[in-house]
Amino acid sequence: MAEPMLQIAGVSKHYRPQGGQPHLAVEAVDLDVEAGEIVCLVGTSGCGKSTLLRIVAGLEKPTTGRVRIAGVEVAAPSRDVGLVFQEPRLLPWMSVRQNVRLALLDLPRDEQDGLIDAVLAKVGLGRFADVWPHQLSGGMAQRAAIARALVRRPRLLLLDEPFSALDSFTRQNLQEHLLQLWRDGGFTMVFVTHDIEEAVALSDRIVVLRGQPGRVVAVHEVVLPRPRDRSSPAFFDLKNTIIRQLRLV
Amino acid sequence: MANASSLPEDLLQVPPAAASPSAAGGTLGARRLAGRGGSWLMSLGLGLLLPLLAAVLWEFAAAQQWLRPNQLPAPSAVLDEMLGLAKTGELWQHLAATGERVLWGFLSGAAAATLLGALTGYSRLARQILDPTLQALKAVPSLAWVPLFILWFGIFELSKVLLIAVGIFFPIYLNLMTGILSTDRKLVEVGHVYGLSRRQLVWRVLLPATLPSYFTGLRAGLALGWMFVIAAELMGASKGLGFLMLDGQMTGRPQMIIGSIVLFAVVGKLTDSLLAWAARKALAWQDSFATMTR
Repeated sequence: MAEPMLQIAGVSKHYRPQGGQPHLAVEAVDLDVEAGEIVCLVGTSGCGKSTLLRIVAGLEKPTTGRVRIAGVEVAAPSRDVGLVFQEPRLLPWMSVRQNVRLALLDLPRDEQDGLIDAVLAKVGLGRFADVWPHQLSGGMAQRAAIARALVRRPRLLLLDEPFSALDSFTRQNLQEHLLQLWRDGGFTMVFVTHDIEEAVALSDRIVVLRGQPGRVVAVHEVVLPRPRDRSSPAFFDLKNTIIRQLRLV
Repeated sequence: MANASSLPEDLLQVPPAAASPSAAGGTLGARRLAGRGGSWLMSLGLGLLLPLLAAVLWEFAAAQQWLRPNQLPAPSAVLDEMLGLAKTGELWQHLAATGERVLWGFLSGAAAATLLGALTGYSRLARQILDPTLQALKAVPSLAWVPLFILWFGIFELSKVLLIAVGIFFPIYLNLMTGILSTDRKLVEVGHVYGLSRRQLVWRVLLPATLPSYFTGLRAGLALGWMFVIAAELMGASKGLGFLMLDGQMTGRPQMIIGSIVLFAVVGKLTDSLLAWAARKALAWQDSFATMTR
């Protein structure tokens, strides 16, 4: 059997804030993600799902356990992994093009430009390469952030509640667009969200985290065919099941 | 499959100017430039309105002999005096002397402030060692150094430039340090995610993030520079606008004092405008109220 794209084994994260009580953000999480899969982590706020994603991205170190991407243990952020935050985090003093270029600084200049033009066209920002970030709408800014994360064709794309700050119309629009990028790009996705509908609409698998520290309480295989009908009974049932699991005390 | 060439719906939220094909680089930039060119004379005129009005009223009051010419001479008398000084070349010597002092004071003070501000901003250890002392020195009124500087260096150029440098130092130092410290941690993290080297992080993230408050410091420092050059020249000088004022006082020529004051206002405003222009160039990316109403 092929090696999983992502292996999370026994990961716990302990915080020891200065002068405060030490606290456990996530405890003993095990999760394997296969290549090409879309896995959503859903959970109530404070259950450590973002912490888990930051550990996978190499921005934080687990207290115990280990994370491997394509068999290699994660020690620091890697250029083979794309990361999209809740906010676009575009550097305001750089044009959209320069922001995307940040991901390519180790490549020769002429190679950079070709990749940037291609990825911006893909996310629908081809004509906005030279504008300042403050001239973009919220949805466009997040598209630019996705372009920056995808421009190196990473094998794994991590997203931390990327659409939570957008209006519902733009959000759904971007969800569909992301799915299309995934179909074209063939990367693996791990997606953190607190929007259960979003999780059901996108995922192959949904991991439900709950509590403080956060633990995995359920894993759902989503077998609904794509494109998914958000008003179908099966969609509705799965959504309600997850809501119940999150509410359980 | 969605069509990449048809614009996604959320792109429709862009204002039409930004959505034009050449976007900010071409049309938008050109339009803004044209708009600024057209209103440039207008804003100059509006800015001069108040001083000119005051001068006219003042001239009128002097002509009616409501004012005593040996205390408050008419603007025309002030102008005459200054033109006379300009003709002999004396005025330019004084102006150059004062300008040179401010320039050297500003350059040396700003250089020291930039060095120490960057050091204390980026290094926690340096901040712990240096900042308390510098904050304590900041509490000393700059003029309190005057006797010491005169004792050490005499009343010549060095002590004057030093006084100006000391006055200029603190606003620049403080603004730079706090600018560095308040850099958005989330943007720094973006640099880490994309594997930026330390050097790239400084040039592409930390420095631009600090620039707005650095410029604020530079402008505040320059204003103080013009303030302290007067103090320096009043403590004894044979050239400079401050000397001209003292001379006017000694020889009973108020028009010389008033003329010097006006000159200070003019050069102070001009040099500040220069810095403001540089700031606008460097901070074109800022989405601020000032750009909106420009």
